Amino acid sequence: MTALDRAFAKARAENRRALLPFLMSGYPCRERFRADLAEAARFADVLEVGVPFSDPLADGPVIQAAAAAALREGTTLARTLEDIATLPAGAPPLVLMLSFNQVLARGLGAFAAAAAAARVAALIVPDVPLEESAPLEDALATRGLALVRMLAPTTPEARMGRICAGARGFLYAISVAGVTGTRDSLPPGVEDYIRLARRHASVPLCLGFGISRPEQVRTLAPLADGFVVGSALIRLQQEGKPLSPLLGALRDATAIQGDRS
Amino acid sequence: MNAVETTGRFGAFGGRYVPETLMANLLELQAAYADARQDTAFQAELRQTLAEFVGRPTPLYFAARLSEAWGGRVYLKREDLAHTGAHKINNSVGQALLARRIGKRRVVAETGAGQHGVATAAACARMGLECVVYMGGLDCERQRPNVERMKLLGATVVPCEAGTRNLKVAINEAIRDWIANPAGTHYLIGSVVGPHPYPLMVREFQRVIGDEAREQFAARHQGLQPDAVVACVGGGSNAMGMFAGFVDQPRVELHGVEAGGNGQGPTSATLNHGRPGVLHGAYSYLLQDAEGQIAPTGSVAAGLDYPGVGPEHSYLNDSNRARYHVVQDGEALSAMAELSRTEGILPALESSHALAFTKKLLRERPGLTVLVNLSGRGDKDLPGLLAKGLLKTE
Ligand SMILES: Cc1ncc(COP(=O)(O)O)c(C=O)c1O
Repeated sequence: MTALDRAFAKARAENRRALLPFLMSGYPCRERFRADLAEAARFADVLEVGVPFSDPLADGPVIQAAAAAALREGTTLARTLEDIATLPAGAPPLVLMLSFNQVLARGLGAFAAAAAAARVAALIVPDVPLEESAPLEDALATRGLALVRMLAPTTPEARMGRICAGARGFLYAISVAGVTGTRDSLPPGVEDYIRLARRHASVPLCLGFGISRPEQVRTLAPLADGFVVGSALIRLQQEGKPLSPLLGALRDATAIQGDRS
Repeated sequence: MNAVETTGRFGAFGGRYVPETLMANLLELQAAYADARQDTAFQAELRQTLAEFVGRPTPLYFAARLSEAWGGRVYLKREDLAHTGAHKINNSVGQALLARRIGKRRVVAETGAGQHGVATAAACARMGLECVVYMGGLDCERQRPNVERMKLLGATVVPCEAGTRNLKVAINEAIRDWIANPAGTHYLIGSVVGPHPYPLMVREFQRVIGDEAREQFAARHQGLQPDAVVACVGGGSNAMGMFAGFVDQPRVELHGVEAGGNGQGPTSATLNHGRPGVLHGAYSYLLQDAEGQIAPTGSVAAGLDYPGVGPEHSYLNDSNRARYHVVQDGEALSAMAELSRTEGILPALESSHALAFTKKLLRERPGLTVLVNLSGRGDKDLPGLLAKGLLKTE
């Protein structure tokens, strides 16, 4: 069993869906990122950390701005790996999110080795779709890391099947056709889409993009195994506010009442 | 289908590195394009549009006075005479026809110099499609006439004020728009960059340049070919279109010309100063730092001011079939003035880079016969250059 498997199993045993808070490395500054990461670790089942990139295609204005600020602060991959290595031994498993060029710049093998040494459990690389994933997946697998595969509302069912077959760690279902960012409501049809994806998934299915409020998590908790919340936390950081009230409310909202489809 | 058509790889370069949200669109586009390529009705409509709307074939012009001044034989492929003033229209009409064929009613595009934006706005107007063009804030300033032209042609122009405020940022925003509107929207990319099938498809829509030039040249010279072919390289579409006509003729040298900037600041000379990486969906040479962050670029020519390059150019570079050179702002500006005075042709700043290299080539190897792709006209550049005092009219 990997650390990710254990994290999802633990949430299930506690009758909860998993909470996956996302923070941007080095944002708003290195010290505050480290403090917020430690804070998020208290509520998280899995931690997600973005390594800032100059030109992130799948990100909306909030995360773009955070990435730009983090780069101005001098955030690098090396610094990110140092910072996450300071998490205590019992901390939730951590997933790094970044663009493929940042991995290529190190070299696939060297990157996998460095990430493994920092106890990174998996990578999310949004610009690597199934067709291009083999070299990266192989390099990561050598070091025991997973590449998290993604599904989108535009993914046809046959393709969903191919993506889910061989998925490791967990699957990341993008809730809306669009970039990251908070949204007041998720599109109609999101429930059918998750149900369909769930039929093909043999690893936990987590929903991300646009999820910002506990009510959304409560409504969707019967359907998905986990929820990624990013822009909403970064907005709090932007405003200089503490993260724990939202994290606590989100964590409460992950409880499964009755229906365990 | 050959390997490039299925995998989108030119050797190691190319591929499709895009978020999953866009994969369905790319696969749909790939299939629709493969289908249209075989469809004689589509090809006939494209040919007719190129003839009647774009004004093809464009002339092959022997620049007699320039040849004398530079010590060789210089031929210009007059893409500046194509409708809307640059080669960009060849690709815009092709993709707009394709968008209409697959039922997309809305088109998004990026533009640097504004030529691709104007061409796409014109093609969309002609075909009754909604058109949204993303353009860096810096480029809106330095290519002001084209912003007004796009609006007049019915397009919505969205200035992009993030980061470097240039072509790269405009492409970021166009791709994000497509991610948010995958269903009814076609992304009409303006160069041989981006994920498969774009580099292949845009080359094929632009190869009319090389095919025409090769025939025109041969018709005048008893079947002979030029010694060298020269084109500027931003993303690389005018160059790939021209090279496509000559790449299978090993005796014809292929020269691409990248922008060197002002000599002090950053350049846009991707193949000369970059190393391979992934940007905007393709694995290709890239100007980047050790961390894989995209580096700032610079060029007086907005259309060349881009940190990436089409994957097929990376392939031609590494296989030594084509060679890529660097020309600085000042050299391009001089060439712009020189062509204007000697031939009565005002070239675009982008194309002026190809001319400036040709001058250097002929200085080193006098007497060569060189075919230059004059990719566009320079009217769009004048207000910006005059305002900055970069060009003097007397
Ligand atoms: C006249 C002209 N030439 C060349 C370019 C560069 O693009 P590409 O390298 O794709 O031909 C542009 C781009 O805007 C242009 O307007």
